Amino acid sequence: MKNILTVLQLLPLFGVLALAFTPRENAKLIKQTAIAASLLTLVESLIAVWKFDTSQSGFQLTESYNWILAFHIKYAVGVDAISLTLIVLTTVLVPIVFLAGWHESEGGKWGTKTFYVLMLILETMMIGVFAATDVFLFYVIFEAMLIPVYFLIGGYGRGERAAAALKFLLYSLFGGLLMLAAVIGIYIISVNQTGGTFDVTELSKLNIDQPTQNWLFLGFFIAFAIKAPLWPFHTWLPGAAKSATAGTSTLLLGILDKVGTYGMIRFCLALFPGATKTFAPWIIALAVVSILYGAILAIGQKDINSLIAFTSISHFGFITLGIFALTSQGISGATFYMINHGISTAALFLTAGWIVKRRGSSQIEDLGGLQRVVPVLAWCFFIAGLSALALPGLSSFVSEFLVLIGAFAKYPVAAVLATTGIVLAALYVLLVVQRTLHGEVKSGNEGMLDLNLREKIAIAPVIAILVVFGFFPKPILHPLNVATVSVMNQIGVTDPDIKAGK
Amino acid sequence: MLTAPHLNYALLAPILIILGGALLGVLVEAFIGKAYRSRLQVSISLLAVVAAFVQLIRVRTQTSNTAAVNSVAMDGAGIYIQLIILALSFVGLLLIADTDNFTAQASAIPGSTEEASAIAAGRQQTEVFPLTLFAIAGMLLFPVATDFITLFVALEVLSLPLYLMAGLSRRRRLLSQEAALKYFLLGAFSSAFFLFGAAFLYGYSGSLSLSGIADGIHSSGANSVFLLIGLIFVSVGLLFKVGAVPFHSWTPDVYQGAPTPITGFMAACTKAAAFGAMLRIFYVGFNDAQWSWKIIFSTIAVITMVFGAIAAIVQRDVKRTLAFSSITHAGFIMISVIALSHDGLTAALFYFIAYGFATLGAFAIITLVRDSSGEITDLNRWSGLGKRSPLVAGAFSLFLLSFGGIPLTAGFIGKFTVFTSSYSAGNINLVVFGVLTSAVALFFYLKIILTLFFGDVKSDTLTVVIPSILTRIAIAICVAVTIVLGVYPSLILNSAQTFATFTR
Repeated sequence: MKNILTVLQLLPLFGVLALAFTPRENAKLIKQTAIAASLLTLVESLIAVWKFDTSQSGFQLTESYNWILAFHIKYAVGVDAISLTLIVLTTVLVPIVFLAGWHESEGGKWGTKTFYVLMLILETMMIGVFAATDVFLFYVIFEAMLIPVYFLIGGYGRGERAAAALKFLLYSLFGGLLMLAAVIGIYIISVNQTGGTFDVTELSKLNIDQPTQNWLFLGFFIAFAIKAPLWPFHTWLPGAAKSATAGTSTLLLGILDKVGTYGMIRFCLALFPGATKTFAPWIIALAVVSILYGAILAIGQKDINSLIAFTSISHFGFITLGIFALTSQGISGATFYMINHGISTAALFLTAGWIVKRRGSSQIEDLGGLQRVVPVLAWCFFIAGLSALALPGLSSFVSEFLVLIGAFAKYPVAAVLATTGIVLAALYVLLVVQRTLHGEVKSGNEGMLDLNLREKIAIAPVIAILVVFGFFPKPILHPLNVATVSVMNQIGVTDPDIKAGK
Repeated sequence: MLTAPHLNYALLAPILIILGGALLGVLVEAFIGKAYRSRLQVSISLLAVVAAFVQLIRVRTQTSNTAAVNSVAMDGAGIYIQLIILALSFVGLLLIADTDNFTAQASAIPGSTEEASAIAAGRQQTEVFPLTLFAIAGMLLFPVATDFITLFVALEVLSLPLYLMAGLSRRRRLLSQEAALKYFLLGAFSSAFFLFGAAFLYGYSGSLSLSGIADGIHSSGANSVFLLIGLIFVSVGLLFKVGAVPFHSWTPDVYQGAPTPITGFMAACTKAAAFGAMLRIFYVGFNDAQWSWKIIFSTIAVITMVFGAIAAIVQRDVKRTLAFSSITHAGFIMISVIALSHDGLTAALFYFIAYGFATLGAFAIITLVRDSSGEITDLNRWSGLGKRSPLVAGAFSLFLLSFGGIPLTAGFIGKFTVFTSSYSAGNINLVVFGVLTSAVALFFYLKIILTLFFGDVKSDTLTVVIPSILTRIAIAICVAVTIVLGVYPSLILNSAQTFATFTR
């Protein structure tokens, strides 16, 4: 089958088309159609994995068609191990989110149909943004995908949802506009040097002088740092996570924000190796601040959703630390971390979402003693929490460990400081577990129902992935290592010798 | 023996067709009964615009491209701008044809019994159609005129009907008349400035033609007081027409007061015509004197963008908001004038289309949102429109997103082309300002969308009228252009690139 990546992007859109012909009143049929479309997409993405040759670096399954000739813009897609794993993460999480949040679409400003239309459009764009190898195409999707999220938060969220949606959108668009200036800048340089291209591989061969590199790097980096989000660009996140539905939050933090860290690897590192080396120490500092800041603030959160949001800020700090350590363990650990964080955030948001939905409150103090009332749900939440604190045996441990040893090789102080983030993580996770799951059953919680079959089916694969890759990470880590080596070659850095180990 | 001047009628035909249509319209006013008048006027105007468009397509590849003894240059860019103006005018006319927007009797004092009886008799000022055609003719001539006399004539032909039409609103007539008066007074001033500047330029170079002035700059250098005075005064006239800061003060009042279809027509077409002329004057006439005007123009562009965006934030009237937004966009187009390159010209041509159709579409939507006393322009009362009529609110949001430059709309490609041309011309600081302004501008576009979709439904008297078939066609065209050019801009970009040349 040719055009595998294009088909992959089109399948959710076919779902949208099918939804257009589904009667508005038949909510069940709408949901089934959406799930069918997302499952088809999942199957197609697995075919892409099957076709993918894990031993090779560079882009595979590539397609390229002229789009806007006047600016040498192409519709060009292709994947390496990093982008393919993120695409599969997307296609796995979307059906899970649909299944887990069966009733999320009800009670919004608009109907069920609009919710699933927006979700499926978002899936198309999430696949596209990771598959794009043309910088302009990437930028277009990077910006356009904000619009469905905006309506998903604003239309179906809770509380101050409109304000949160606007804040999210403005922050992201502001970053995007800085990136636009940088995109134009690098294009003009390519016009002067090679006649003009937006192809990321071609662009990485350009010869850009250091001051220009620094400015262009910052244009890209700030956009990605807002997206990721890195301290001090994070302030939009807690509001958005608090207001969005569990499913939207899962996709927002689990996948969309990964575009930020993915973009750092794909564009910041590959296009501006010189500037990357210049800014790396500063970014490492920001990453460490993020790790500690996110963790400390998470401890004090009263709302369970903002707690998860702040833990994510801490985790994005780890990912950024791994990337800009510029060592092979660091980068491959960071890429693996992206997957794990996606899965474990999904587990946290979905289980927390069920708890909140059943209790009718997201305040931690309203919960308590859930272990006795809803044992299965409580166990799921517990495991999700353990994954967030990177317990050995769960996959997030592998990646966090890799990031730390990768960082220690070059930035020992940063790595040591980051390690205290793990201690803080244990604190915030165990505290919330103690307050919500153990102790007396608080009034209002007695009548809670445990997970039903649909919810069990939704959460089972998530927990299975966490455990399986915790013990046997090689199937993912190996291809990621191959991709990492080629990234390292592009920047022209090598791993330092670790003297202490000799 | 005198020989008749060579006029090259084939090239002038588009303008002549429009003028002929206008004259025919005047005759219709005089001789045709009230019952048929309106319908006939609509048909004549639309036909004239279509015929002119077809004629332009026919002559587009003609090799000899000067007409009327070299005072008109129908070169690639000139023809392209004319095509754009005609296409925009067509949509504008579809909106103007909706009868409910114009006063029953312009001469009647607002609120008088005379007015009431005119309304009761179902009268209608159908003169607006020939007036529109006259304005279009001026707009067609303005960007292809190559000497300052023709430029001035074109400027007046396009302006005078607009002054009048701004005062023809059916409701809130005092506001409308005030707008017309303000527009007329300030417009007359700016025309005087323009003429004054032309005189100085003649004094400097001994020629009124753009190429003559360019020769003068080339041979005697640009360091002359006469040139600088002339350049500045001519620029003032042009900047007034495009609504650049600090010559913008008429814009919000006129946009608000004028009948909404006229506002849309004026905003889209006048901008294309005036910027077309500005492009020609600066690309052909003042190209060699860059160093003397580039800094001033860059400053004005930045101030225009920033001021428009910031002032728009505090507006609560949708027409005034769009007026300030149009000021911001004037700043963006100025960036492409300053680029002084083929890319810059291409960018401007594309921007006219992207901005023009979105503007017409947005104003078309405004004509639909009403209560018993006419259009509702207070944004607070638009709150929750998305719930009441999702299609109308959706279309309006699309136009706003296009103004804001969100990818997959025509507006984004417009901004991208403008910024790219400016960057490659070395004006990187302008790109940075443009990008930052876009961020500010996005704030108020998004706030409007927020009100539309997430606000509570407040006013019970608000109704969204079922659009007439013509308005529906107009909105459909605008939506289609905005999306199609956003997804596949090559449709226009390729031809714009080939056409983007001025003959000197």
